[in-house]
Amino acid sequence: MTKIELTVNGTQYSREVEDRTLLVDLIRDQLGLTGTHVGCDTSQCGCCTVHLNGRAIKSCTMLAVQASGAEIVTIEGMAKDGKLHPVQQAFTDCHALQCGFCTPGMIMAVAALLKDNPHPIDEEIYHGLEGNLCRCTGYINIVKAVKQAAQTTK
Amino acid sequence: MFEFNYLQAKSLSEAAAFVAANPDAKLLAGGMTLIPTLKQRLAQPSHLVDIGGLPELRGIEVKAGKLVLGAVTRHHEVAVSAVVRQALPALAYLAEQIGDPQVRNRGTVGGSIANNDPAADYPAAVLALSATIVTTRREIGADDFFHGMFETALEEGEIVVRLLFPLPQRAAYAKFPHPASGYAMTGVFIAETKTGIRVAVTGAGPGVFRWSDAESALAKQLDPAALDGLGVATDDMNEDFHATREYRANLVKVMAKRAVQKLLEIS
Repeated sequence: MTKIELTVNGTQYSREVEDRTLLVDLIRDQLGLTGTHVGCDTSQCGCCTVHLNGRAIKSCTMLAVQASGAEIVTIEGMAKDGKLHPVQQAFTDCHALQCGFCTPGMIMAVAALLKDNPHPIDEEIYHGLEGNLCRCTGYINIVKAVKQAAQTTK
Repeated sequence: MFEFNYLQAKSLSEAAAFVAANPDAKLLAGGMTLIPTLKQRLAQPSHLVDIGGLPELRGIEVKAGKLVLGAVTRHHEVAVSAVVRQALPALAYLAEQIGDPQVRNRGTVGGSIANNDPAADYPAAVLALSATIVTTRREIGADDFFHGMFETALEEGEIVVRLLFPLPQRAAYAKFPHPASGYAMTGVFIAETKTGIRVAVTGAGPGVFRWSDAESALAKQLDPAALDGLGVATDDMNEDFHATREYRANLVKVMAKRAVQKLLEIS
């Protein structure tokens, strides 16, 4: 067991974890933030995407102990003061989801993409979302939502 | 995952001493291959020694005509580095094609070459550019470093510290990615230097290799058409449910021609 301290959505946490605990399991099971999903066991689906010190990472492919001292943002940390994040709003407006399981990871990936590239063209959107799979194949509306969010994100 | 003990190394010497004393310990850099491997219970290390945060293994600079990359420099850092884009744009492009954004935010160049996945991208650049791999014990030339599928010249406990890429006159990389994983089904890196043309192929065979017939043909005529008459031995290609040997052999030629074309478009 190792003691770690980290900040998640602005709140500081201190926890004892087994060294082999994945970051996503810490987030879901110990912190109760179940918006971060696990869609595969092979690091391919991107459902577990969170921001680690401002960059998108797959929380299923990182140990909780590696995140000690880090600042994490999950889907629960995106809305501010009861107002959806522009990417969340765009996903709602464009109906950029079908079953919704991939959506938290998609939103975290899109928010990170727009931070690096505020006005991506279609090819850049495809390239930027290569780490996220939508098994409903609802990509058309996801791309629309990225474009809307690019317009509304300040 | 099986149980293991995690150790965050405070220095390179501490990490080197620890892995030397603990033969079942594994080094952890970005973890983009190691952690999925552990999740599948395909490995059971006693310890993970995390070197991903060591400042002495980081950094990007041009020094004495060479691009120097610290071993735990992440793919994203290489892709967006103004220094790399200026000195060796083909390498920045290659880094941008690895995996997906989440992988590029964690994965490291040293991890990629030490693991030597036959479909990894970096080995093609390292071999074509004749890079030098500096370890905790010695310097290893690219031609001596890669020993086929997941095998390298690295000894037990030897750690990659940095890579030195001699700057070419021109270089280009063309890759056919696997549509789901982003790994290279075939990737061809071509470097034009004062001493000639080097062509390195990844993804197609059991390990990265130089395509010497293409190097000779391009030395005579630097044009995609120079490769038209060349054959690629299908027996030496990988075959799996993604692609047959024949398909990969064809990709080698197609990607090499695309890389030559890109090279020629660089003024």
